[in-house]
Amino acid sequence: MLHIKCPHCGMRSQNEFSYGGDATVKRPELNKEVTDQEWDNFVYNRVSPRGKHLELWQHLSGCRQWIKVERDTASHEIFKTYKANEEIA
Amino acid sequence: MQKYSIFSLVKNALTGHQNWDLAWKDPNPKEEYDVVIIGGGGHGLATAYYLAKEHQITKVAIIEKGWIGGGNVGRNTTIIRSNYMHDENGLFSEFGMDLWRKMSQDLNYNVMFSPRGIINLAHSDAQMNAYARRGNSMRLNGIDAVLLNREEVKEIIPMADFSDNVRFPIFGGLMQPSAGTARHDAVAWGYARQADSMGVDIIQNCEVTGFDVSAGKIKGIRTSRGNIKAKKVGLCVAGSTNILAEKLNMTLPIETHLLQACVSEPVKPVLDKVVTFGAGHFYISQSDKGEMVMGGDLDGYNSYAQRGNLPTLQHVLTEGIAMMPFLSKLKMLRTWGGIMDMSMDGSPIIDKTHIEGLYLNCGWCYGGFKATPASGWTFAHTIAQDRVHELNAGYSLNRFSTGHLIDEKGLGTKTWIS
Repeated sequence: MLHIKCPHCGMRSQNEFSYGGDATVKRPELNKEVTDQEWDNFVYNRVSPRGKHLELWQHLSGCRQWIKVERDTASHEIFKTYKANEEIA
Repeated sequence: MQKYSIFSLVKNALTGHQNWDLAWKDPNPKEEYDVVIIGGGGHGLATAYYLAKEHQITKVAIIEKGWIGGGNVGRNTTIIRSNYMHDENGLFSEFGMDLWRKMSQDLNYNVMFSPRGIINLAHSDAQMNAYARRGNSMRLNGIDAVLLNREEVKEIIPMADFSDNVRFPIFGGLMQPSAGTARHDAVAWGYARQADSMGVDIIQNCEVTGFDVSAGKIKGIRTSRGNIKAKKVGLCVAGSTNILAEKLNMTLPIETHLLQACVSEPVKPVLDKVVTFGAGHFYISQSDKGEMVMGGDLDGYNSYAQRGNLPTLQHVLTEGIAMMPFLSKLKMLRTWGGIMDMSMDGSPIIDKTHIEGLYLNCGWCYGGFKATPASGWTFAHTIAQDRVHELNAGYSLNRFSTGHLIDEKGLGTKTWIS
């Protein structure tokens, strides 16, 4: 079982969280012309790397906040967790 | 090639089974091939077989990082079916059912195809209506479908929970009598043996490290055992699709996820159908050895681990016990996981790419095993003719950008939507 350190609540079991996918995907800017390719990349296309992956989780059965988790997709090691609005260097 | 028959069995029994031919050779890679198939799983082996058999292209290599049949074709729950509503999936899968029925004869290898029937249980009136619609669509495509009421289901699977106080009472079900199971390893080995006999090189322990592309055209591949030139290259690598796509600077509508399965200790024959739970995601059948073979949801997050996590297994088996309470008495024998190439609409991709001579076969989600023959057949056609067959025309790569998605309850990677 994964143990995820919620930045708001501390270390909790995976059972309390639900997964939200790749956190590096950015919605195209609203007030500019968006090409079909840009929408395609935003909605469907994913890198899905083997190794370090920055992803969204929601602490659904806890504080209900969305958080970012940096996790290894092969070893399942969790390196760091961030608040949803935290800038990542 | 030595033909397998009762006579060859008797002959070899008399000589202590010392003189059987090797089922396939272990060649070193040649300098150049007409077609290189990356991935020695069911789909890759089937593709090579049909390239040789249907299109007389035999200068073919299968490049496999590990050993053939060690990935998802050795890790699935062996279910074979074509109970789809939409034409793209229904016609494709039903074409595959025909190949399944002939496979043991065709390959001279007993794949133990057992058309025992599959029942999808319904747990509400609305679900019965949806199944009636799906069954009608199936029959319009020439696929057998029977809508069963509660009493008829009870007759067939009396061990399911038909008591009055269950959370998800069984209202009925949709049965495809011609669906079933097969011996998964035999499928890989049967295709490998025949492909090898027709001149295909099966190259194992050979990892693809890169591609040679120039002027938008594939020239060859780089591997841990040297460079190999190729006129055409086909990708059949399931859960490793994204890793190879990255080497090609392609981003695909695919995420790699983990799917678990498990078997119980063997018990006496109790279940002669494949049964799926309609109020969640759980499926079960009984193997010839007597083990209950079970599976369900993805673990739910991107993973290349080939091993599962207990919360998902617990969730899946809770559904199993809700459906068939006797399962709670069984001991678990084994659990395992495989990495799935989950497409964004739940349907696969068999198509050409923007690179000339490079072909893509991926996105099999939960249903890769049953598609093995049809996938190999259509992929071989796509590679040999350099154009898609009408059976895989709907499985295009650009359907995501053009909006022609296949809406087959395809949850894709987003399991939480259900």
